[in-house]
Amino acid sequence: MSMNRRDFLQVLAVAAAGGLALHSNPSEAAKAAGRMYDLPRFGSVSLLHMTDCHAQLLPIHFREPDVNLGIGPMAGQVPHLIGENLLRHFGIRPGTPEAHAFTYLDFVKAAKTYGKVGGFAHLATLVKQLKASRPGALLLDGGDTWQGSGLSLWTNAQDMVDACKALGVDVMTLHWEATYGEARVKEIEEKDFAGKVDIVAQNIKTADFGDPVFKPYVIRNINGVPVAIVGQAFPYTPIANPRWQVPNWSYGIQDDNLQKVVDEARAAGAQVVVVLSHNGMDVDLKMASRVRGVDAILGGHTHDGVPAPVIVKNAGGQTLVTNAGSNGKYLGVLDLDVKAGKVVDFRYKLLPVFANLIPADPTMDALIKKMRAPYEGKLAEKLAVSEGLLYRRGNFNGSWDQLILDALLAEKNAEIAFSPGFRWGTSLLPGDTIRMEHLLDQTAITYPWTTVTMMSGEQIKTVLEDVCDNLFNPDPYYQQGGDMVRVGGLQYACDPNAAMGKRITDMRLGGKPIDAGKTYKVAGWAPVSEDAKNAGGEAVWDLVARYLKGQKVIRARPLNLPTLKGMAGNPGMA
Amino acid sequence: MNNQRREILKAGGGLGLFGLLAAAGLITPGEARAEWNKAAFDAKTIDETLKALGATAPANSADVQLTAPDIAENGAVVPVGVVSTLAGVEAIAILVEKNPNPLAASFMLPVGTEPSVQTRVKMGQTSDVYALVKAGGKFFIAKKEIKVTLGGCGG
Repeated sequence: MSMNRRDFLQVLAVAAAGGLALHSNPSEAAKAAGRMYDLPRFGSVSLLHMTDCHAQLLPIHFREPDVNLGIGPMAGQVPHLIGENLLRHFGIRPGTPEAHAFTYLDFVKAAKTYGKVGGFAHLATLVKQLKASRPGALLLDGGDTWQGSGLSLWTNAQDMVDACKALGVDVMTLHWEATYGEARVKEIEEKDFAGKVDIVAQNIKTADFGDPVFKPYVIRNINGVPVAIVGQAFPYTPIANPRWQVPNWSYGIQDDNLQKVVDEARAAGAQVVVVLSHNGMDVDLKMASRVRGVDAILGGHTHDGVPAPVIVKNAGGQTLVTNAGSNGKYLGVLDLDVKAGKVVDFRYKLLPVFANLIPADPTMDALIKKMRAPYEGKLAEKLAVSEGLLYRRGNFNGSWDQLILDALLAEKNAEIAFSPGFRWGTSLLPGDTIRMEHLLDQTAITYPWTTVTMMSGEQIKTVLEDVCDNLFNPDPYYQQGGDMVRVGGLQYACDPNAAMGKRITDMRLGGKPIDAGKTYKVAGWAPVSEDAKNAGGEAVWDLVARYLKGQKVIRARPLNLPTLKGMAGNPGMA
Repeated sequence: MNNQRREILKAGGGLGLFGLLAAAGLITPGEARAEWNKAAFDAKTIDETLKALGATAPANSADVQLTAPDIAENGAVVPVGVVSTLAGVEAIAILVEKNPNPLAASFMLPVGTEPSVQTRVKMGQTSDVYALVKAGGKFFIAKKEIKVTLGGCGG
């Protein structure tokens, strides 16, 4: 089904009039939808960009962070702006649907007003319209697409593979995809995706001889313009995720090799070169300053919903750097005007996907229903009711993580609990029922084992320092892009500006200082070592489900947060 | 080419790359027995190592390039490469500052050899890694920090 502009405005009007508390006046709502989604075409080359949907096929709520600190030269710079600081920087009016899409402000009320976001059926309608209004446009998928839900875990990513083919993804790159193992990724590339979706990654090589594992780039002709899409997979996959899942693949940032690939693509006739990146935005910004000949880096990984590109000057001219958020909330639209073989102008819009404003595509809707059908019973299992808002994003903790930590402490009878600083995971509103599906949205990984370890005070400090450096190293090439490990039981102070090994101080348990030489019982989950895989351990969702069923009603609980030092006035914090 | 290389090495089995190269006549047995500088490999600090190598106060040089990951994927086998555009390179050494014995590798380059070496070093913790090049009787150096991390928690 292809839609012309008039048809599209018509369906928007119907959807807006039907489902939305946006405005009391339905015709005003229709106009609002029209204003948001009726983008005038610009130039001859258009790229649609989605990233980090984390297998969310249905519309969801997703609260943006209220702590996203930038330190050193990144302090106060995009993407380290939150709430009103972000709105001010990008000229977005408070109290609008856009303000809700890009910030945590007044989250519960705004979520009720504007409804859920994302969902592949709604995204499909938008993609079809944009592809119809922009002939030749490509849909690029930045990765973290196959992981993040119970359904994707149970189908070994088949649900997302089929949904992406139906959505019309043209080119993709990788991160969490690799946690299904090398063989599964190659199977999908060679069978499901053959002739339909290209996987590109210039920075994945065989660990023995450095041979390419995937195509480094593809060149597609868009309205007579050769456009190169270069892939940049998440450089630290074998470090942030289990190395045993990709034992024969080596990653890394490899910007020297990227330069070679860009030069090769230009020599092969590419007039536009775009890097589809899973570096994370700070890494992309640094890379853009070092590599020449890239028109745009379309980025993901750090889940930053950035309304406008950052323009980075470099020896070759300039490079646009974008980041398109997560969980299916947004679709990036980059329109390029190419004259005499060069990009001369651009337009960019990061469109929030409001499920109530865009009607579901019937074909995609039917596909999703069919794929979910065998699992609906398991997904719908009721675990508890949450009195408070449950969310994850934020540098140090979220209420979902606090709940997981409390469950680990109780079920493992531990003194201290650690939970990884993942940035995916959907949000639930106060009063919502917590179902198995929601718990799996926070935990569905291929290495879900819970662990109990006796750790010395010194070892605990080493862990905290190590993760903290991955988040706050002043050189983004040494960062990994997750958030700080969430900590239960233990209190500490954190100075993000301090040097490695000196950021964590004043560690206390029950008010008493942690003793470097004493051992403590520490619970955790998502261990990356092969030893942990062989040891097994209960899956975290089983442990948390048991805890939730025992509690029945989950009270809003205070977050265990570190005392921050040196961060007063940082616009990455409320 | 790549497959061929892989097959040759598989076929070589226990012989190892160096043995294969010798067997293929690519290097002479004499070259395979470069002089072992025991004092340099036993040294405990960068300064001691440099002294043992006769390289006190080497000059920082942009003509020495150290290629290595920013964060090691596996501290037990960190790939490190050194290339130089200097003329008359005679020797290349790789030093890991925080290792118990910093000198990880020392290469003697016969005249006419392209100054480009690659190896894997073992690292127990985050450290500066140095590439030391001797060219025209003088020493030049470059460094890079390689981070060794516990892993996990990303994404």
